[in-house]
Amino acid sequence: MPDNLPPDAALAVTDLSFAIDGIRLIHPMGFKVRRGRRLVVLGPNGAGKSLLLRLCHGLLRPDTGQIHRNDHHPAGRRAHAMVFQTPVMLRRSVFDNVTHALAAIGVPVAQLKSRAVEALNRFGLIGLADRPARWLSGGEQQRLAIARAWALRPELLFLDEPSAALDPSATRSIEAMLGDLHAEGVTLMMSTHDLSQARRLADDVLFLASGSLVEAGEAQRFFNDPQTAQARAFIAGDLVW
Amino acid sequence: MDDASPFMAALTLILRLDPAFLSIVGLSLRVTLTAVCLAALIGLPLGALLAVSRFRGRSVVIVAINALMGLPPVVVGLTFFLLLSRSGPLGSFGLLFTPSAMIIAQASLVLPIVIALTRQTVEDLWANYREYLLSIGMGPKQAIMTLLWDARFSLATALLAGFGRATAEVGAVLIVGGNIAGVTRMMTTAIALETSKGDLALALGLGIILVGITLLVNALAFGMSRIGVRHAG
Ligand SMILES: Nc1ncnc2c1ncn2[C@@H]1O[C@H](COP(=O)(O)OP(=O)(O)OP(=O)(O)O)[C@@H](O)[C@H]1O
Ligand SMILES: [Mg+2]
Repeated sequence: MPDNLPPDAALAVTDLSFAIDGIRLIHPMGFKVRRGRRLVVLGPNGAGKSLLLRLCHGLLRPDTGQIHRNDHHPAGRRAHAMVFQTPVMLRRSVFDNVTHALAAIGVPVAQLKSRAVEALNRFGLIGLADRPARWLSGGEQQRLAIARAWALRPELLFLDEPSAALDPSATRSIEAMLGDLHAEGVTLMMSTHDLSQARRLADDVLFLASGSLVEAGEAQRFFNDPQTAQARAFIAGDLVW
Repeated sequence: MDDASPFMAALTLILRLDPAFLSIVGLSLRVTLTAVCLAALIGLPLGALLAVSRFRGRSVVIVAINALMGLPPVVVGLTFFLLLSRSGPLGSFGLLFTPSAMIIAQASLVLPIVIALTRQTVEDLWANYREYLLSIGMGPKQAIMTLLWDARFSLATALLAGFGRATAEVGAVLIVGGNIAGVTRMMTTAIALETSKGDLALALGLGIILVGITLLVNALAFGMSRIGVRHAG
């Protein structure tokens, strides 16, 4: 367990900021992702949700501040995994997409098959195992991205707008999967600009606007009693719309 | 003399599997295939490495390699002639006028093609894969293996392009090989020589084989991209 990570947190961020070419895209912010909870990063397009998730996952290097996360990866597991806004499908079969990720984190060859089958079964993809992954529909690709991340047995899973491009039924099926992951105890940090989805899924909310953290707290309170004018406008805007 | 006779003689050479004729074809294939394999062994990882790394002067390197693709074979031949000749820096190996010298020269001709096409293909794929591969904790070596494997069908086409260029060239193998009968006589060098000597039958026969190989290479390239779509999407 790294220093400075409180026992109840899967991730703790202090003073984090980020700039590209001298332009501040994430203004200094701090927050915790509580263990076993579903934290939803909410905000309009361009608010900085994807950047924040990338920073937290370690794909981007912050300019200031610290991100404390568990960087210890036990054998055959990865402490954190990410599902991207547009799923990245390797030019291989569905099955090989999963075994590739498992091999990358050092799962022994003898276990690759059984763990891939387990993941594909778990997410209802076993019937598509031999299909080239790029031939899947958008919803199936997103499901594979989640299955592939789940196969790594992460304790913290980042999801960037996991259902942004999906139809209502595919969205419902993704949300049901996320509910199951939550029930298994996986900590989730996901972004969305869809307020009703946030209402359905969130335990905690981070509300971003223009790269700044405007409001953070429990979802119930955020939706029922927003503290800032910006959050009130965002919530009201969605109701009108 | 009717016009058809050299053509008929050429067909006879091919169909009778004339040993001298076959040895020329065999040597050509052996030299060119070995050269392409060497170029692949060096060029695939180098091209992939170039695709995923960022360093100062990278664009200069890319432009230089692209330019090398168009290098005239005679210039490559001349360069290796100077390097391999008795008084040259590599003269002590005694390789000049041997098949090895031709392999080295052809590999050098093919190498820039392999590196440049690999870099282009892998770079496009890397743009798509980068964040995901980093996300699952892959280092550069693992990432390059993943990229080369996933690009295998396009890369096979790149190797076929290299094979095509090497099969068709005369200048480099003529200069470093010397066109010695039974030792370094390739299809293209034999055609050049026999045509000037007036033995049109042998020249034509070899020409037919060359055209056949070119057709085969293109058919393979076409089939490869079809298979690629089927297997990799
Ligand atoms: N590589 C980059 N270079 C310059 N600006 C960038 C870069 N990446 C993101 N930005 C900018 O940072 C801001 C936040 O981008 P980000 O992708 O995090 O938004 P988002 O909240 O995820 O939006 P969306 O809901 O549309 O996905 C945007 O204004 C974007 O233009
Ligand atoms: Mg985004």
